[in-house]
Amino acid sequence: MTIATIFLLSGSFRSALYILGFGMFIYGLSGLTGPRTAVRGNRIAAAGMAVVIAGTLLRPHVDNWALIVGGLAVGSAIGIPAARLVRMTQMPQMVAIFNGVGGGAVALIAWVEFRSTHGYDHTATYIASFSVCAAIVGSVSFWGSGIAFGKLQELITGRPVSLGRLQSPLNGALAVAAVACGAAIVSGMHQEPWMVALLLASAGLGAALVLPIGGADMPVVIALLNAFTGLSAAATGIALDNAAMIVAGMIVGASGSILTNLMAKAMNRSVRAIVAGGFGGADTASVAAAGAVASGAVRSTTAADVAIGLTYAHQVVIVPGYGLAVSQAQYALRDMAKLLEAAGVTVKYAIHPVAGRMPGHMNVLLAEAEVPYEQLVEMDDINPELPRTEVVLVIGANDVVNPDAHANPQSPLYGMPIIEAEEAQSIVVLKRSMRPGYAGVDNPLFLDPKTTMLFGDAKASLVAITEELGALTGPTGAGSRL
Amino acid sequence: MLLTNLATVALAGFVGFFVISKVPNTLHTPLMSGTNAIHGIVVLGGIVLLATGVADGAFSKALVTIAVVFGTVNVVGGFLVTDRMLEMFKPRPRGPRSSDGTPSQKQDRPA
Repeated sequence: MTIATIFLLSGSFRSALYILGFGMFIYGLSGLTGPRTAVRGNRIAAAGMAVVIAGTLLRPHVDNWALIVGGLAVGSAIGIPAARLVRMTQMPQMVAIFNGVGGGAVALIAWVEFRSTHGYDHTATYIASFSVCAAIVGSVSFWGSGIAFGKLQELITGRPVSLGRLQSPLNGALAVAAVACGAAIVSGMHQEPWMVALLLASAGLGAALVLPIGGADMPVVIALLNAFTGLSAAATGIALDNAAMIVAGMIVGASGSILTNLMAKAMNRSVRAIVAGGFGGADTASVAAAGAVASGAVRSTTAADVAIGLTYAHQVVIVPGYGLAVSQAQYALRDMAKLLEAAGVTVKYAIHPVAGRMPGHMNVLLAEAEVPYEQLVEMDDINPELPRTEVVLVIGANDVVNPDAHANPQSPLYGMPIIEAEEAQSIVVLKRSMRPGYAGVDNPLFLDPKTTMLFGDAKASLVAITEELGALTGPTGAGSRL
Repeated sequence: MLLTNLATVALAGFVGFFVISKVPNTLHTPLMSGTNAIHGIVVLGGIVLLATGVADGAFSKALVTIAVVFGTVNVVGGFLVTDRMLEMFKPRPRGPRSSDGTPSQKQDRPA
């Protein structure tokens, strides 16, 4: 072996590669602050990952080459098509399942560490402790994410599945059981059944935490589980004395925590209330409320009238909600917006932080339909503009424009930041029916004298409006693009 | 060793917090799937256990190989899907976009 080869295979060189790798993670992630630098940033982070994986394999002697390469190949064979084929509306469940397998990997690694050291025999207590923590959190994350995936993919019911008052004691008991097994292992119980019991209790805990949570709260749960997996990866890094894993895990832990808080705030709920299943009762309320909405005071309108109102406006602000994505109406919406722009109307999209099914999801859906990034305006920036906006078009959104969030202290939405659509000069709501939103709360905006409702499927309504617009703006407006 | 690692934990936590809190709302979904890909770094743990021969016996080897598969799915899938999403946010200068009102011209209606 030459001196150069010895150096390349040494621990120092590996450490240098690790430092380079996590430098690339941080530099890459900082690129995500803007759409122009984001693609490059993500690729730099991915290259950083390649560097640390390559660094790990640079050893004087590597056992089990076949298993390592085989595992990497099989994982790529699963991951690549999944990432290429997933639809943008399915992004939340994709993130959930990727997060889940990460957590599963953490738990399995901890289990193998336990086995190979014969139950952490002759292992420093702190290493055993961190490894046990990783096993618990990883297992919770794997099973919790799996349930979240099932709910979002509608493999299991999206409704809360709860034991009612027994739920909290059950969760508590499972948590205590998992921690007790962990404590027993660290304090010297070397038999494998302890570890298996720990993994099973954590698995039960993961499922019991997520099952009672309704579909609307799922994004918060995914962000939370993402943070969990990150922290468990960091714990594994401490147990294996691997700096790259510690740094990467902590970055994910930090980002997951920030996103969890931000989402919970935007949905007007505390993380604790969501995890405790505090919103579970709302679904029954929504069924009851659906029948109770007064339909008499609602003014319905036609596509032709909406089109006329839109052409007379200086500025139209569109408030898209998940209903837009469900009916795949992004493209119809973009076509309508293009016609309006050609007629000299300024079109903007008001994006609530929780529009869609995860933070920023609506932006992805609109970006897919080639809506320019500059037209997507965040809630705090659009609200001051709304009083001088002639028409606000609410499409498949409900709770995020509910004025009760400001006006009615009795409302469960009270205090939630909203897009203040009621401040606009007129409001048009595209909606399938008078059913209340996910929170199961009536929306006084629909009864406002300035509001008209266009009932029907969002896509069909938008296509109808676009046709009317084409007729109104005539060959000068529409001819250039038809 | 523990102390060094705990210092790394604290510093990485701070760096993560400051970098991530600058990301705008609009890019939060790609951020989530991007950071999601990064915790796939646990694949390193699996590789280390296999490469150093720590994982002995067929059952342990099977478990840790599954961990490598899981971690790889997490890393590869996560980065690819993030890339796909971010490509959509890229400004398209040569697209078929015509005469769109620039956001700054708020009050320029043709009479």
